[in-house]
Amino acid sequence: MELFVFYFFSVLLVVAALMVITVKNPVSAAFYLVLCFFSTAPIWLLLEAEFLAIVLVLVYVGAVMVLFLFVVMMLDINIATLRKGFVNNLPVGIATAIAMFATMYMVVSSDKFGLANYAAPERKGADFSNIEQLGTVLYTDYILQFEVAAVILLVAIVAAISLTLRRRPNTKHQSIDAQVAIKSTERLNVVKVESQEKK
Amino acid sequence: MISLTHFLVLGAILFSISMAGIIINRKNVILLLMCVELMLLAVNMNFVAFSYFLGDTAGQVFVFFILTVAAAEAAIGLAILVVLFRNKRTINVEDLDTLKG
Repeated sequence: MELFVFYFFSVLLVVAALMVITVKNPVSAAFYLVLCFFSTAPIWLLLEAEFLAIVLVLVYVGAVMVLFLFVVMMLDINIATLRKGFVNNLPVGIATAIAMFATMYMVVSSDKFGLANYAAPERKGADFSNIEQLGTVLYTDYILQFEVAAVILLVAIVAAISLTLRRRPNTKHQSIDAQVAIKSTERLNVVKVESQEKK
Repeated sequence: MISLTHFLVLGAILFSISMAGIIINRKNVILLLMCVELMLLAVNMNFVAFSYFLGDTAGQVFVFFILTVAAAEAAIGLAILVVLFRNKRTINVEDLDTLKG
């Protein structure tokens, strides 16, 4: 049963990954990438990484891929010019992929990583909490790295906003600092007007 | 029974596919970013698999941090892409030759 689940989602994952790199439209590519993440999550569930599987769906599909889709849909790109050279590069790409996979396969397919050397651990009980297990080390052993990760996210927010912030000089908008800095004496201007005879 | 090799081979396949994607889509910056995400997914797969089979939580903590950094990278990369498109009206890598590289 586990093997069936693994193979089902693996095939789905590989097919979706192939579609990501070959489809014409970047929007479809983004959706196939979403499918990739969705099919990876059950495989991680098989490895008892429940928290990361959920995070993959929530953060990756929910935030990062939505960001990708927004950008892809906002940009008015000419797909035809971007696709030029696709066919020419195809043999090189396939050759590189096969060579790379062959090299990695020679390492990982050997008996070194088989069940004889790495026996599958006992399945944990239903009351076992992966989040607790992860949180215990995350907030003790890796607290510094955790804080650094938070800072990295903050830097990313500031960088992304400051990069895309666009100031247009001609538009009319509120000047908040001028509004705040104003004194009550500057608000009302009493003008002395000389009385005039009625003509 | 699923062995560690299954997961490692799956990670290797995924990594090779994304490598091929980078080569055949090398004009389209958006697809390049997507292929990088796919590559990180392949790496994460290995981390989680080793974490399970070695009984060590450190692997999962690493995946957690990789996810964080990848999210930051995607946000900044896409922001740069938007600015690039606003200024040059293109995301073709071959048109980005201002530095005469």
